[in-house]
Amino acid sequence: MQQVMPRKKTPTSADESNQFTETRRDFLKQSSLLTAIALTPASVIKAADEKWDQKFAGIFEKVSLHLEVNGTKHDFLLDPRVTLLDLLREELHLTGTKKGCDRGQCGACTVHVNGMRVNSCLSLAVTNEGKKITTIEGLANGKTLHPMQEAFIKHDGFQCGYCTSGQIMSAVACIKEGHAGSEDEIREFMSGNICRCGAYPNIVNAIKEVKEGGLS
Amino acid sequence: MNQFQYTRPLETAGAVKATAKDPAAHFLAGGTNLIDLMKMGVVVPEKLVDINLLPLKKIERTADGLRIGALVTNTAVATDPLVMKNFPLLSRAINAGASPQLRNVATVGGNMMQRTRCPYFFDTMMPCNKRKPGSGCGALQGFNRMHAIFGASENCIAVNPSDMNVALTALDALVHISGPKGPRTIKFADFHRLPGDQPELDNNLQKGELITAVELKASPFTKNTDYLKVRDRSSYAFALVSAAVALHMEGNTIAGAALAMGGVAHKPWRLKPVETFLKGKTASDAVFKQAASIAMEGAKAFEYNKFKLKLAPNTLIQALKTAAGIAS
Repeated sequence: MQQVMPRKKTPTSADESNQFTETRRDFLKQSSLLTAIALTPASVIKAADEKWDQKFAGIFEKVSLHLEVNGTKHDFLLDPRVTLLDLLREELHLTGTKKGCDRGQCGACTVHVNGMRVNSCLSLAVTNEGKKITTIEGLANGKTLHPMQEAFIKHDGFQCGYCTSGQIMSAVACIKEGHAGSEDEIREFMSGNICRCGAYPNIVNAIKEVKEGGLS
Repeated sequence: MNQFQYTRPLETAGAVKATAKDPAAHFLAGGTNLIDLMKMGVVVPEKLVDINLLPLKKIERTADGLRIGALVTNTAVATDPLVMKNFPLLSRAINAGASPQLRNVATVGGNMMQRTRCPYFFDTMMPCNKRKPGSGCGALQGFNRMHAIFGASENCIAVNPSDMNVALTALDALVHISGPKGPRTIKFADFHRLPGDQPELDNNLQKGELITAVELKASPFTKNTDYLKVRDRSSYAFALVSAAVALHMEGNTIAGAALAMGGVAHKPWRLKPVETFLKGKTASDAVFKQAASIAMEGAKAFEYNKFKLKLAPNTLIQALKTAAGIAS
């Protein structure tokens, strides 16, 4: 995991047992910060002075972020390198969203950002300030599964299940976008989600059923 | 991924200032290409200028066409009613690229700035003049199945991977740019460049310049269009060859043509001589075959992409027939 620091984190026994490592890490952080200040170019200081920016963070500096994830608001201070995918999995422990290729090629990391499906692995978390994120964990209504989740179970839309959360998030968006008019259209607009087990025909059947109003 | 400074300007002028004097600063828009390249260590920016809050997200009518802000997403362009009605070729080309998830995030300006998908460019253990000038071209004697057949140099045989760029080239779009020396406007066809002896430069942007919009003038190319993309699988893959065809038909006569090909060169490959040839001709198989042979003049293949010498003309012929309404 890359450096993520939640605000107001309560120390745990696990943290204490790591005391030596933490101390060493703190030392490294502090010395790096001094180096970073020394290395900050004049143009950067000028930019900050002239207030061109809504946000500015030097190297090693953390950036604040406010997100709503599955209806709950969160505040973070984080390294700007952290992707939305790593934030969801490693910080919020929403591990339903999977890391497949981590390069935008497989779709396993698909989540909804302000209602649109995106690859969370290619999105720096800090670029999502103020946005509403929905993950697979936010799809069900309490213990009642989303119709698309029901349909995937009914039609056996998976084998190993690793791509499934991404497939389901994509499938829900596919219908909402109006791209589930035919089997060909479903296949084309689901092509950003790869299934190595090859459950494609069953996935198409699940989407068709939900589109046609079944299982809702 | 390397550590970087992160800044999020609110005004275009601020974004330009934030990069102009910083040689290793990069603009960040949708990030679908840049974040990938940063993870691979191919691009190592010292500073990311996140331009997502700049006011460049509108599609506006102009006196004689449309102005599309550089930060409009690919999905928003492809599904815009004015684009679909007046520039259906653009909508089709965009939908032929990437996946819905990527198109929801990728922007017009970012798509124009997309780097090549040449595997030697992506693999930092390999020589690549584009990534590391002077290190050599791994593709020239290597696995060059995806590579150029037009306009390559001994320094680089990579191709531009975009579908959108092919359509915008054919449609004679204009590119609006902001920079340290003020705004300027160039033809889309002059935006990207051939590799020559400076393959590290994909385009003619100067340091600190930012694409602000793409402009399209109303044209008669609203009905008879086709974007045909041939790839290794039926969706979600880069083009081996693609053809953007827009015809202005008067009955069976071709009153005008706008043509470009993708997957064949370092820039979207405009087919001006073919457009001139087709003007005034009657649409037929024979005419389109002749057109394709003109299009292929000067083509040169490498060891593994010889198939493109046959695939490219066939793709063009098929797209011309579909656009003209005579496809069987």
